[in-house]
Formats: sequence, structure tokens, C-alpha cells
Amino acid sequence: MARYDSLLDASGGTPLVGLPRLSPTVPDGAPPVRLWAKLEDRNPTGSIKDRAALFMVRAAEEAGRLRPGDTILEPTSGNTGISLAMVAKLRGYRLVCVMPENVSTERVQLLRMYGAEIIFSPAAGGSNQAVATAKEIAAEHPDWVMLFQYGNEANARAHYETTGPELLHDLPTITHFVAGLGTTGTLMGTGRYLREKVDGIQVVAAEPRYGELVYGLRNIDEGYVPELYDATVLSRRFSVGTRDAVLRTRQLVEVEGIFAGFSTGAILHAALAVAHEAVRDGRRADVAFVVADGGWKYLSTGAYGGTLADAEDALEGQLWA
Amino acid sequence: MAIEVRIPTILRSYTGGAKVVEGSGDTLGDLLVDLDSRHAGLRARLVTDAGALHRFVNVYVNDEDVRFLGALDAKLNDGDSVTILPAVAGGAFGFAAAAAIAQHSAAAAAAAIAGPRASVTAR
Repeated sequence: MARYDSLLDASGGTPLVGLPRLSPTVPDGAPPVRLWAKLEDRNPTGSIKDRAALFMVRAAEEAGRLRPGDTILEPTSGNTGISLAMVAKLRGYRLVCVMPENVSTERVQLLRMYGAEIIFSPAAGGSNQAVATAKEIAAEHPDWVMLFQYGNEANARAHYETTGPELLHDLPTITHFVAGLGTTGTLMGTGRYLREKVDGIQVVAAEPRYGELVYGLRNIDEGYVPELYDATVLSRRFSVGTRDAVLRTRQLVEVEGIFAGFSTGAILHAALAVAHEAVRDGRRADVAFVVADGGWKYLSTGAYGGTLADAEDALEGQLWA
Repeated sequence: MAIEVRIPTILRSYTGGAKVVEGSGDTLGDLLVDLDSRHAGLRARLVTDAGALHRFVNVYVNDEDVRFLGALDAKLNDGDSVTILPAVAGGAFGFAAAAAIAQHSAAAAAAAIAGPRASVTAR
């Protein structure tokens, strides 16, 4: 039990729980291979993004970029927006989110409930339209502050200063850290910290691989790699398809009772891959992975029930991570 | 036996529209040379003049990013599956997914033609 002065102070410090049923069985006499889940859904708004939102706002305050009553502008369609909306409310800022015009109504409702204003950008025109639109709006409103999570060092630093130390404290024998690759903040920050402290640590990225529709860019040059990304922090990077992500998400709740979103299923898939490799090679492994958020926001996809093929169809072209 | 290569939509103009093609090679570099012999121009879209993988292209062998397996020198075996994908917002897939859905609607296509700023709306 713990007591905090405010909700903001209750960010981080999440439990790390063992997964004895999902961890692979090793032959008699072989070194143990264990899986550990870091329950980031236990943060104030229910996702790992609370850590980054809090650090980015604090960094802007300390740099004098943000003063009470200021407006924060951020391109986001998901958890970062919800986290920023909560932090902005409690710290006395107005938040304007730029998001594609066809995101789910659950997200829009959640953001508005937390007090955010929303500007919709055209969903067509490449994956980075919301980012581009936000940058244009920022140019028109030079007094609005754009934290820009893809290039904000405080995003990665949040994990360098909190997620990494928490993991090492709770699991000094950690051999692998597995997380999702989005803004890359979680992997860059936690990965750098663990590389400094743990010899031979493996930092493993899991990125979602969506259906055909999602990659409908017109030109390779329209791609985008976040400014935060530094490939030298990673040891390996896996691409995980919808079917595997759904399978693992269901397995996690069925076998270990952890109800998570689909991005966590993708992360678990990569974690199991490295765990089984360790078993095959007869090496000891303590594999810690991130449960990025709970499953509540994704129930309306219908992908938690029915056959895997049904779920795959339900998520085709949808935003599941 | 051969190596199965998945081609993203934007590069299928080089493969006659085929989603999946087959090729061979001991390394990824060899495979791309082999593919280019039948699908001229494909390799140049993936490999820079300096001989490195294009920054905005991700290539996976059996679901693992080749940049961590030796890049163009990554070893391949018969039966491997190679997937080529554009780097989409480094995983800012929320936007990508939404964009993809919208590309199927004529209205969204019109909005794209009109230019991004023109169709920004507060709902």
C-alpha cells in the first residue's frame, strides 16, 4: 500500500509479475527461463504513456516553455493524448490534440472527457499527416507548445530515469528487455539504462505489422523514422503480425489472467521467441516485457472472442497498437 | 526450394502486381540482385547508391529486422520468408491505419488532392 500527494505522483512504480504458466518448461537440470510482465496499465490513465507525458510537461515547465494557462498541441491518436490530457488538466494547461478524422469514438470520447480539444486532420495523404498538420497549426499559433513525443528527449528520459531503474531493482538478474516500438521512447530510455548497468543485456523491439491497407503509402520516401530512434540501443527487432498479436493477447488473459491490449500481445510474441531460444541454447534467461495498456479500449473491436481468423478480419486495417 | 519475398503495395509496379515473388541467394544482397534480374528497378528502390538499405525501407527475414542480422550481408536459407515494408512513422501506426482506411473512400481521396491544410476540420 502506498499514499501519494496527487495522481501525478502515482505515475510509475508499477508491479513486475512472474508468469509461471507462460514461461517455457526447461529440461531437468537446465538453467531456468522465466518471463516477467511489467504492468504499465497500472499507471494513472491506464497506459505506459503517463510516464512520458509527465516528463515532457515537466521538462517544458523547467525550460520555461510552458506557463500556467498555456496551450499544448500534440499529434496523437491514442494513449499519449489521454495521458497528456490528464497531466494538462492537473497542471493547468489547455490541450489540443490533432488526430486523424476516423479514429474510434472511444478515443475521442475519452480525450474530451479528460478535457482535451480535438482538431481532426485528413486521414488520407500518408501516415504522417497528423504530424504534418500539427506542425502547420503550430506555425500558425507560435504561442502554443508542441511537445512532439517522437523527438522529445524527455520521452526517452522518462524511461531512463524510471522504467529502467524499476526493472533493475525488481529483477537484478534481467537478461532481456522486450517492448513495443512506436515513438521508440520506451526502448531507447529503458534500453540505454539497462545497457549501462547489465552486461550482455538484450534489448528487443516488437513492432506491429498490420494488414496491407496500412502500408498504402504512395512513395517509399514518405516513410518516417522518429528522431528519438537510435538503432544501436537495440539488439534485435521483430515484426509481429495481427494473428500472432491476437493469439498472444488471448493467451495472456487465458493462462495468466492479464487482460491487455493487442500491442502487448505483439510484445509477448517476441518475448516468447527469445525465451524459447534460450531454452534451446541451454541458457538462463529472465525476460521482462512491457504490458503497455489494458484491453478495455479495444473490446469494441470484437477481437477478444471468436476464431483467430475472425479476429484477424475484425482488426484488418484497424489500429490495434 | 526458394526464398519467398513479400512485396509491399507501393513496389508492386516492379513485380507486375505480384504480392509474393520467389528468389534465391545466400545473402539478402544476393537475393536482391537475383530479384532485380527479373524485376528490373526493384533493387534500386531498396538499396542506396552507397550500397546500404534505404533509410525508409525495413526488410525482415522470418519476421526479424535484417539490420540486426547483418543487413545486406544477412544469411538466407531455402524456405526463408523475406518481408519488405516501408518504415511507417516508426510505428506511429495509428495514423497509418487510419490513413489506409481513408484511402478507400473517395471523399478522403478528394481531401488529399485538395491538400492537407484545406480539409482540416474541427468536428
